[in-house]
Amino acid sequence: MIEISEIKIQSVRDDFPILSRTIYGKPLVYFDNAATTQKPNAVIDAISNYYRNDNANVHRGVHYLSQYATGAFEEVRKRIADFIHAGTPNEIIFTRGATEAINLVAWSYCETFLHAGDEIIVSALDHHSNIVPWQAACERKGAQLKVIPVTPEGELDLEVLNSLLNSRTKMLAISHISNTLGTINPVADIVAMAHAKGVPVFIDGAQGLSHGPVNVQETDCDFYAFSAHKMYGPMGIGGLYGKTVWLEKMQPYQLGGEMIDKVTFAKTTFNEIPYKFEAGTPNVADVMGFGAAISYLETIGWDFIITRENDLLQYATARLSEIEGIKIIGTSPQKAAIISFLIEGIHFFDAGTILDHMGIAVRTGNHCTQPLMEVLGISGTLRASMAFYNTRQEIDKLVDGIHRVKTLFA
Amino acid sequence: MTINETVDQIIKEFNLFDDWMDKYNYLIEMGRSVPLIDETQKTDSNLIVGCQSRVWLSSEYKDGIIYFTADSDAVITKGIAYLLIRVFSGHTPTEIVGAETTFLDMIGLKEHLSPTRSNGLLSMVKQIKLYALAYQVKEKNS
Ligand SMILES: Cc1ncc(COP(=O)(O)O)c(C=O)c1O
Repeated sequence: MIEISEIKIQSVRDDFPILSRTIYGKPLVYFDNAATTQKPNAVIDAISNYYRNDNANVHRGVHYLSQYATGAFEEVRKRIADFIHAGTPNEIIFTRGATEAINLVAWSYCETFLHAGDEIIVSALDHHSNIVPWQAACERKGAQLKVIPVTPEGELDLEVLNSLLNSRTKMLAISHISNTLGTINPVADIVAMAHAKGVPVFIDGAQGLSHGPVNVQETDCDFYAFSAHKMYGPMGIGGLYGKTVWLEKMQPYQLGGEMIDKVTFAKTTFNEIPYKFEAGTPNVADVMGFGAAISYLETIGWDFIITRENDLLQYATARLSEIEGIKIIGTSPQKAAIISFLIEGIHFFDAGTILDHMGIAVRTGNHCTQPLMEVLGISGTLRASMAFYNTRQEIDKLVDGIHRVKTLFA
Repeated sequence: MTINETVDQIIKEFNLFDDWMDKYNYLIEMGRSVPLIDETQKTDSNLIVGCQSRVWLSSEYKDGIIYFTADSDAVITKGIAYLLIRVFSGHTPTEIVGAETTFLDMIGLKEHLSPTRSNGLLSMVKQIKLYALAYQVKEKNS
């Protein structure tokens, strides 16, 4: 465990210009990091620098700028590959984000590998983005969707999962970290379990990549999806890791642009991976921003991030638990700094509206996890999701805010 | 009172408060006096979509006048529903269809009642106007 000084925390906060703004005249307390994290200057500058100095289309020109942009673009691909320990940069496909990465695989993989009578397993813990594309693939192919249930603590029921895996199972799609409850799923164990039955595993890492190191080769997952905007990078960019063996056998998802090899009206052949899956001009500026976000995370370091987030999680859990009538939803011992909770007798919308007025940004509602809400028998929660730049003082403000909410609605 | 008179009255009431907390307190109190919808009317067809909380809104047409009732599981939403009912209930379809709805901007809760908020306010206003329009058409055809 490393000691972290107030000065260090303040200097990290200073990297994020938005953190010093006010909301309704009060300092912003940003606890909606699971929806999107804030962006450090390094990311903002990388994007504007790209447009100011380096803008050109990639993979197309012999001219200097185009070649420079292509080099920088491919360099980020390599940095992402290194960051998650992919085998080769060719296993990294740029997408708009996790949702697009999931849709890509749910279409391209299923087009080749899913047939009538087959099964796909998803979980009741997951985000709509990691349920609906698989459900649609099953409908398209006449396959069946199976669901891993969730325990009252908010963990996946692995025994049931084991019984669901069989020779008809063509994919197991789960999340790394639950955006609603914060549960960190034991992904390596789950992959081992699935592989033992010959089932490939897709991991929705939208929440996974911002809270700790990811090693896709060690985990041995077949696919891993991520969004830059949840890891201090820009919106509109993200990616998919896929094992070469799968990517090579999959159909392209969208057609046109650099993903083409040769076009005649008789037949078109497609480029190699990863380009086969990157139709059209990519979002180069945000790829630059993504690269800057990864550099930023590397500079801050996982030690710092994990130490800070654990401290915040524990402090917030303890302080919230002191309040009468608070119920924390999701009590797995393996949790990221995401806390869903309810205040007895007070609707989450009412509480969220008042907290907002105090400058405290929490998320309310079902968090795009309606099936999970149904399992838990609730219609929504308040969710405070924290990042390394949050502070204990901000948690104190949340606690004070909840007390005011309770007085107001008593 | 005409629709405009009620609106002026509400604006005056809200202007008494400088503090946002007091405004909400008042809204919460009003939520408690909303003319409650009959339990049997809490049907899916009376459910307003697009809100984080559930809101039901029902209408009744008697002697050329529309009466509204509502309920919600969130208190603030109920308060908002009450404001709308105070303004629109007890008026003719023609009056309601022609009414301005910008008054919500003026009571100082604007940032909370803007279209981007998922409080269902806009959907409620739309539903109220739709009910009025439907009764107006019915009246013309009879
Ligand atoms: C677990 C999880 N999966 C998928 C997504 C979708 O991510 P995006 O909207 O960036 O595609 C989110 C974002 O809310 C998420 O939290």
